[in-house]
Amino acid sequence: MLCQICNKSPATMHFTEIQENRSSELHVCQACAQEKGLTPQVNPKNFSVSELVAKMFDDMATGEEEKIGPVQCPSCGMQYTAFKDTGRLGCAECYATFQAKLRPLLRRIHGSTRHTGKHPSADGEAVARTRQMQRLQDELQRAIDREDFERAAELRDQIRVLEAAAPHPGNPSSPRG
Amino acid sequence: MEARFDQGQGDEGAARTDPPTLASLLAQPSPWLDGSGSKSEIVLSTRVRLARNLRHEPFTHRAREDQLRGVLQRIERAAARCTSLTGGAFLPMHELGPLERRFLVERHLVSHELSDVARPRGLFVAPGERLSIMINEEDHLRLQSLVSGLMLGDAWSLADQADDDLDGALEYAYHEEWGYLTACPTNAGTGMRASALIHLPALVLTKQIEKVLKGIMQMGLAVRGLYGEGSEVVGNLFQISNQTTLGLSEKETLESLERVTRQILTAEERARETLLRDARIQIEDKVYRAFGSLRYGRTMASAEVVNLCSAVRLGVAIALPELPPLRALNELLVLTQPAHLQRRLGKALEQPERNVHRADFVRDYLARAMAAPRATGGES
Repeated sequence: MLCQICNKSPATMHFTEIQENRSSELHVCQACAQEKGLTPQVNPKNFSVSELVAKMFDDMATGEEEKIGPVQCPSCGMQYTAFKDTGRLGCAECYATFQAKLRPLLRRIHGSTRHTGKHPSADGEAVARTRQMQRLQDELQRAIDREDFERAAELRDQIRVLEAAAPHPGNPSSPRG
Repeated sequence: MEARFDQGQGDEGAARTDPPTLASLLAQPSPWLDGSGSKSEIVLSTRVRLARNLRHEPFTHRAREDQLRGVLQRIERAAARCTSLTGGAFLPMHELGPLERRFLVERHLVSHELSDVARPRGLFVAPGERLSIMINEEDHLRLQSLVSGLMLGDAWSLADQADDDLDGALEYAYHEEWGYLTACPTNAGTGMRASALIHLPALVLTKQIEKVLKGIMQMGLAVRGLYGEGSEVVGNLFQISNQTTLGLSEKETLESLERVTRQILTAEERARETLLRDARIQIEDKVYRAFGSLRYGRTMASAEVVNLCSAVRLGVAIALPELPPLRALNELLVLTQPAHLQRRLGKALEQPERNVHRADFVRDYLARAMAAPRATGGES
């Protein structure tokens, strides 16, 4: 592949950039990369996606953390700042701990924050309930938007019934076991 | 020279029931290179990789040695009991030498990351190499299925089934809103990375590749070289994969990848037609000169073999006569990599010697491949 800037030398450096939920890649030669100041601080061989994730934090609001103070995962002890530096989380519990910050990040990376794929067999019932709940809530919002209050009231009742049936109401992310 | 061309070996390697060992892997080219499956004249292989973590263990990079050993043991045990991985073998990466680890990377069974650091890490590989698990890579498990041709449905079923089997024995980290939880949030959700390794010489020759690649990226897919993330594109081989893992289901992601891949195939086929119409003699000349170099060369770098095979591959795809079967050309891509050559020889070689040995190996391999009756056809 040729460098996308000079179109002469072979592209030896490959960048992925994610902006507005769209990712784009750039393939350039060493000379053009240096000229355009694209050379990463780290060895390009070790330049990984997780470092790019870490870089994405630079664009995101950091003021919030200053307000809340340092956040640490109670399970693995990972500091939020360490996640910011490495782009990697420490354990499953980190997702719950940092969820306020992760949600916008996940939306930026994937364009969505809602998993719709397969699930572990043991989580089957809970997953089905959560997905039904999400469906009802989406429909409720649409009913309210179009001022169909009769339908909205029906949906609200259905949501209450579903909530009452849940074994751990209000804590859909609590680990099993 | 112990080069061998096993014609007629069963596609699944089904006849072999012994667990694979490094020696048995070496003795047989990877089945995913056998040129079978749909559209295999353009698509070499299809891969589906699922990232999973154990629920109550810290992710690999945060775990202590003893925790990693525990994870390794639990996953190895679960894999050994898993029906879809029956007859598989466990290879502890941290006990292998650098050449052996490099050999597994070349074979697309492990990543550079898994082969890099001396921490408790392992590979579980099923007979036929269609299914394998990297243990303690960035995530505790990276389950991989790898098949020849454009076979996203097959690759997915294999991985999905093995994943279900393992799920019975292991408790995965999962969040109802965010799906399977991974060390890097770029993999959260399905944890699935599906990819097709495609050969696009005509799009490169007709200088349409940039436009096509840009289009692929706009569709939210990623393009990489033969050896994954960060690897250079050689031999006009491109790996196309999904970029996002949260929001779309596995099925939707696979459908989108399949749709885009088929569009690229159509573009490549059209470009081949154009080349043949406007520059047939130049194309034939390029193909046969490349074949001549492979057949008679005396010293050859690894990238040169890949590039020459790419040209000859195009010749085979457009049905030029007296060329080796697709399968032999695919196999050479991996068998001529440095660690494969050196392990076959049983000793380390400096690069100049290696290049001479590589050229000898290629000549011998092609001679055998062409003497053998035409092996499995790859027509869809």
